[in-house]
Amino acid sequence: MDILSLEVGQEIGSRTFSFTRDSLVKYAGASGDFNPIHYRDDFAKSVGLDGVLAHGMLTMGSAVQVAVDWIGDSGKVIDYGVRFTKPVFVPADSGAQVIVTGKIGAIDLENKTVRVDLTASCLDIAVLGKAQAVVKF
Amino acid sequence: MVNPNVQGKKYPETSPYLVGREKIREFANAVFSTNPVNLDVFAAQAAGYTDLVAPPTFAVVIQERSLHSVLADPEADIDFSRVVHGDQRFIANRAIVAGDELTSVLTVASVKSLGAHSMITFNTEIFDTNKELVSTAISTLVVRGGE
Repeated sequence: MDILSLEVGQEIGSRTFSFTRDSLVKYAGASGDFNPIHYRDDFAKSVGLDGVLAHGMLTMGSAVQVAVDWIGDSGKVIDYGVRFTKPVFVPADSGAQVIVTGKIGAIDLENKTVRVDLTASCLDIAVLGKAQAVVKF
Repeated sequence: MVNPNVQGKKYPETSPYLVGREKIREFANAVFSTNPVNLDVFAAQAAGYTDLVAPPTFAVVIQERSLHSVLADPEADIDFSRVVHGDQRFIANRAIVAGDELTSVLTVASVKSLGAHSMITFNTEIFDTNKELVSTAISTLVVRGGE
């Protein structure tokens, strides 16, 4: 892929991630974040939440896959940041669907980098803010 | 409330963490990666890496280890059950690969109060065995105030 062929605003891809309780347990084990708000309804409710919610880092780690799929090499993502704006609740029966789309936010020809702007939503509500991944060309 | 005096506090270097192939695969599967450089050693080597490449957010595993020392620090006085993740960023100097032995040093960059809540930002610098900076993880936690 040639950086000169890219345009700001261009869509680079989209993916829908299905989060289930199994996904949360897998992510807890993989990351070492065993906060029980991510797998125990009784505990989540005891701290004032409506129910079990996904790790923000699971949403962040999944969302960047849209940029990774596009560039083809995860090692080319050199800077990635997000704000966690809304929780993703994951009901035990239905799970949750997180829809992620990416588009080109900026192109830096001098440094040969491209900023990919990601949006992530669940039930039509944005769950990440200012999700930006800088990719090295 | 988080003790504002911990702003600028630097925590001792963590013990080395050896990045394993299966840990990278486990993490990659958990974040729905299908990228061959995360899963297939030959694909990673063909792309110029010495071994499997960790996904972009893998550094959180190292950050998590550093955070434990802050959460356990009575001086910081953070009630973990009231913590919400505010924002997160990773700046990579190079990709983390299987076989890396990583240590980290966490510094409290800032402590701010926002009404009844506190916001605490940490910088975790991650180094390899040559003491070269591999990655910096920046995390802001929001600690909800009591009712």
